[in-house]
Amino acid sequence: MIYREAGQYKTSYVDDQAIFPILQDKAVVLAAVAAAYLLVPAFASDYMYKAILIPTVILALAAIGLNVLMGYCGQVSLGSGAFMAIGAYAAYNLAIRLDFLNPFVCVLLSGFAAAAVGVAFGIPSLRIKGFYLACATLAAQFFFDWAFLRVKWFTNYTPSGSVNAPPLQAFGLDLSSPTAKYLVALTFTVALALAAKNLVRGHIGRQWMAIRDMDIAAEIIGIRPMFAKLSAFAVSSFLIGVAGALWAFVHLGSWEPLTFNIDRSFQLMFMIIIGGLGSILGSFLGAAFVVVLPIFLNQALPPLGALVGWTISTATVSHIEFMVFGALIVFFLIVEPHGLARLWSIAKEKLRLWPFPH
Amino acid sequence: MGFFIEVLTGGLLAGVLYSLVALGFVLIFKASGVFNFAQGAMVLTAALALVRSLEVMQGKWGWPFGVALVAAFAFAGAVMAVVAWGVERLVLRKLVNQEGIILFMATIGVTFFIEGLAQTVFGSDVYPLHIGLPKEPMFILEAVFDGGVLVNQLDVWAGVIAGLLVAALAVFFQRTRVGRALRAVADDHAAAQSVGIPLNQIWFIVWLVAGLVALVAGVVWGSKLGVQFSLSLVALKALPVVILGGLTSVPGAIIGGLIIGAGEKLAEVYVGPSMGGGIEIWFAYVLALAFLLVRPQGLFGEKIIERV
Repeated sequence: MIYREAGQYKTSYVDDQAIFPILQDKAVVLAAVAAAYLLVPAFASDYMYKAILIPTVILALAAIGLNVLMGYCGQVSLGSGAFMAIGAYAAYNLAIRLDFLNPFVCVLLSGFAAAAVGVAFGIPSLRIKGFYLACATLAAQFFFDWAFLRVKWFTNYTPSGSVNAPPLQAFGLDLSSPTAKYLVALTFTVALALAAKNLVRGHIGRQWMAIRDMDIAAEIIGIRPMFAKLSAFAVSSFLIGVAGALWAFVHLGSWEPLTFNIDRSFQLMFMIIIGGLGSILGSFLGAAFVVVLPIFLNQALPPLGALVGWTISTATVSHIEFMVFGALIVFFLIVEPHGLARLWSIAKEKLRLWPFPH
Repeated sequence: MGFFIEVLTGGLLAGVLYSLVALGFVLIFKASGVFNFAQGAMVLTAALALVRSLEVMQGKWGWPFGVALVAAFAFAGAVMAVVAWGVERLVLRKLVNQEGIILFMATIGVTFFIEGLAQTVFGSDVYPLHIGLPKEPMFILEAVFDGGVLVNQLDVWAGVIAGLLVAALAVFFQRTRVGRALRAVADDHAAAQSVGIPLNQIWFIVWLVAGLVALVAGVVWGSKLGVQFSLSLVALKALPVVILGGLTSVPGAIIGGLIIGAGEKLAEVYVGPSMGGGIEIWFAYVLALAFLLVRPQGLFGEKIIERV
């Protein structure tokens, strides 16, 4: 009976409206955040930061953004890569054109640019839905892939098309060490994740979920589909845009348009399906899983193949990676539509009863 | 004028190729309500199976070209049958009664799985495919226009093949027992099942037919581009075609393909240069999107009626 909610009386509205009203939840979240801030920097190596931790933290933020749209509001989007690109290029343009701005202000402002574009591409969702909408978001993906490659203004007329982010400095501190980058990304992600968590449990989130579950019924009970859908597009694109700007400024430093192509969109989609549709926690789990699995396969497959006398080339590893992800998607959709996040809720149910079996 | 007609014919003929892939989407959506994102992966798989088995049969075993070609087609067809069976058995059957959008995401999973598997088994280089389709460009109407109109023979053949395929599918749907059963399932799953039409079998047949259409599309596209990974991206070009034409309409796939093909070539040639070029990539999507805003069900699609 570790996870016991009985007896936790809420005696004030503040208690009742807390993000994590149950003590154990609050403790787990605080412990996780504290560990991420204090424990991880004590143990992580530079390789860990660059290959796993920073990508996971930033992609988790993007996954939260996509989850708001797909998991909470039920609008399928295959264009999230494009919104990451918009964030990245908006931040870049802000940084070079308004060079007095702090890079972090650029990152935040780029979220608003992405949100504006997201609303524009969300307008079709008022007329169409389902796979039609998925194709409409593909339009965004292809259009911006093209725009950032061909419209030279966005890349400030660099001849190669690849651009460099400004050095990461703020408040007189040099933040270019892996640890500092990680902490920066983590701060953005934790703050925005809490904001998203707060949003989805409030009246806006409930509207999204009503639209997701049955949009016509939601409309009949007085939810404005236009407001709900467009706000979901705006919030989702904001989060994805900020993640894109962080990906460019904090993780990559310099990037080319191909960084944010359709593969990125699929990657984000895999994260939320594997992690759990409609779950903030799931976005983190999915991001970690999707980042770590290819690294694991790359390390594990060649020795495994050597055991049975089969040389596995890097090309084959990447094909096997495709297969594993494809199979996982189908598996999760069939067996566990709530993804990895469901494991945590199962654990909570077990802990409620533990040590008794029933 | 001659140049305009040249661009237009080129576009229309390219559009026929898109229609070939789009047909696969329409078939599966018509008969099972699944939007099959894996169609492009199926095109790739079919073409890879064909070209690799042809290579082995002709090169290693020394079979004469004609025999090897027939055998390779049979092999690729068998591979598509296995894919159809696998998808029906392992994916569709488990997800029956789920929302369309879940099935759509499942087919994205299927796409990745098939792409990975096909490339692991058959290799991932560029394989040239020669099955005797003429490739030399030719000039027509030289008497009418100065210099004539340049037409790619392969594209003309693709047009002929697409026409034959549509005719065959029309006969199959209208005249055969199975075709009638397919249309019944498309109308109403539950009603069809209650009069004794075996749903699982029908789904298998539909995916098989879509697989064979993918094989034809793969052969034609493969002869043009060589068999390689980018074949599966052809499906992304066919998506706006089906949206424009309507998801449930075979003629829609053809006419949508023609409109998209002609539209994007004309746009590329006449509008593209002023915008930096390469607008082909997104023009089809924006065209389809603009059309959707006016008519959400597409040109020939059935009107979507929803009830609570």
